Amino acid sequence: MGKKKLIAISNMTAPAVGQLDGRRREPRTRRKNPNRAQARMGYTFSAGYGILLVLFGLLPTLYAIFLAFTHEGAFVGLDNFVRVFNDYRFWPAVQHVAVYLVIWLTFQTIFVVLLALIVHAFRARWMSMSTRFVYYIPGALAGASSVMLWLFLLDPSVSPVSGILRALGMDSFVETVSIENLPVIFTIIAFWTGAGGWIVIMYGALNNISQEVMEAARVDGAGAVKTAWYIQLPLLRKWISYMGIMTLAAGTQLFVEPRILSQASKGVVPGDYSLNQLAYLYAFRQNDFNGSAAISLILLVVALGLAAFFVFRGGLFERD
Amino acid sequence: MEVSLSATDAVLTRDRRTARSPRGWLGRALAIVVALVFVVFFVLPLIWLLLAPTKTPLQLLTENPFMFGGFGTLVENWQSLSAFQNGIIWTWLGNAAFYSGAALVLTLVVSIPAGYALALTDFRLRRALLVTTLVVMLIPNTALVLPIFLELSAVRLIGNPLSVILPFSFFPFGVYLTYIYFSTSVSRDLLDAARIDGASEFRVFWRVAMPLATPVIALVGFFNFVGNWNNYFLPFVMVPGRKAPIQVGLAELLSNVPLFNPTSAGTVNIEVPTLALATIISVAPVLIIFLFSQRFLVTGMTAGGTKG
Repeated sequence: MGKKKLIAISNMTAPAVGQLDGRRREPRTRRKNPNRAQARMGYTFSAGYGILLVLFGLLPTLYAIFLAFTHEGAFVGLDNFVRVFNDYRFWPAVQHVAVYLVIWLTFQTIFVVLLALIVHAFRARWMSMSTRFVYYIPGALAGASSVMLWLFLLDPSVSPVSGILRALGMDSFVETVSIENLPVIFTIIAFWTGAGGWIVIMYGALNNISQEVMEAARVDGAGAVKTAWYIQLPLLRKWISYMGIMTLAAGTQLFVEPRILSQASKGVVPGDYSLNQLAYLYAFRQNDFNGSAAISLILLVVALGLAAFFVFRGGLFERD
Repeated sequence: MEVSLSATDAVLTRDRRTARSPRGWLGRALAIVVALVFVVFFVLPLIWLLLAPTKTPLQLLTENPFMFGGFGTLVENWQSLSAFQNGIIWTWLGNAAFYSGAALVLTLVVSIPAGYALALTDFRLRRALLVTTLVVMLIPNTALVLPIFLELSAVRLIGNPLSVILPFSFFPFGVYLTYIYFSTSVSRDLLDAARIDGASEFRVFWRVAMPLATPVIALVGFFNFVGNWNNYFLPFVMVPGRKAPIQVGLAELLSNVPLFNPTSAGTVNIEVPTLALATIISVAPVLIIFLFSQRFLVTGMTAGGTKG
């Protein structure tokens, strides 16, 4: 799940595409004839990025589409997809990822919002600052490192919380990472690594709610809970739905967590647990690039669909 | 605690909040407990990780998990990590630095002008570029790993550092961030004034816009570097073995740890404290950047958040 957190955190600077539309639509009286030197500069300046966008955004997508519908260069229609769908490993992988997504999304939404509200309500500035900092710092560990750390924590023989694990009936690493525990384990890892960034973002959004609105609620006799429920939550709606979409899109790509757990548990966690792992196996174990491309394409369509839904329907990029 | 100052005064609001019923106090206490539980959840694993390399495997199993072991043991663990495959860990670290560093430079060279052009000049492809950027930005980066692998394997670039550096440098989010920054905080009038003074387009960018953009350059650089440093999936498929960066190497180390791999006997073994040390080393650069720039980062993100 590598860079998802980074994108998650960072997207927050995305105020309004409406803004670009607005600006475009303004009649530009000052410069009636588009300045040719400027247009040339526009192309020159964005050329490097444009090339990378084509090479690593558009071309791989097109190539994956081509591979997914062909076999040894010949068009085969949906054959590759049918083969993948009939693979006995495919639907379990879909199910694994789906269960994980439901649990992660629920957990992430509830606790990120709750913690942001609590931290925002702290009166002492240092308290709010340092709490946010502590929540945020695990974000430095992502990718393999965070999974590695959680390997230790999940192994009752070395874990600092082995008491908790044993109380839950898990006496060995293999018992801890049994397949029914995995969605929860992946949720914990993802939340530990990524929640802090989102909490900071929600905190920022809460800060943006005007004092007058909050004051009015208070004068009307609303307590902290009522204010949160009727005032703050509705105003956070956009950010929450944004987080939800990003969480969903990132979760479909599950790879590094099951891969490393699988390596560490000698196959107790199967090597084909998630869809990305299966696509990886197709490409590297079976030399079946067409099948791999078919799975990748399915995943890409899901991610793109979520992204597009968000861009065009989600409302974040509209102005209030 | 009756005060009669301006009602919107933040301090006053907060003072009044404290004058609450016992129920209010209970709620407040509950909230603090929840916040503290999560402080423990977030920070305890890190503390354990920092202490683990100071212990022997036996101490790790038997002693209090939050005790400091000893400097001697730390040195021993360091040595056994360095000895593993003749210090391949330093090769992996070097690779990570090279890939992330090269990608960082390329990202900045490519993204900052692009964001500037998108924000402040008119050209025909501008809108198409913006919309594509927006959509690609929201795609999780792992979604494109296998398609990019398939593409690069078709042109036989697998194993070449370029197969990591170039995809790392494609950073739509950075372009978007720069675009937002330039379109909200640099006015066209300012640039026009420079143009009227006879500055060339490039000079306007270099002497007027760039100095104003230092914060956003730092932010783009940070996100790009951290994301690339921690990326696992892409380098894992593109540059395996000796060419791998540290995150991939870390997973390779794991297969030599008897605790997680009882059958690995015979080869050189890595003990858990050594693996913990490797984990720390693998994130050290990022952790240091985090610690030193957290103020700037939190402000940056919050500022972003508040604009929405």
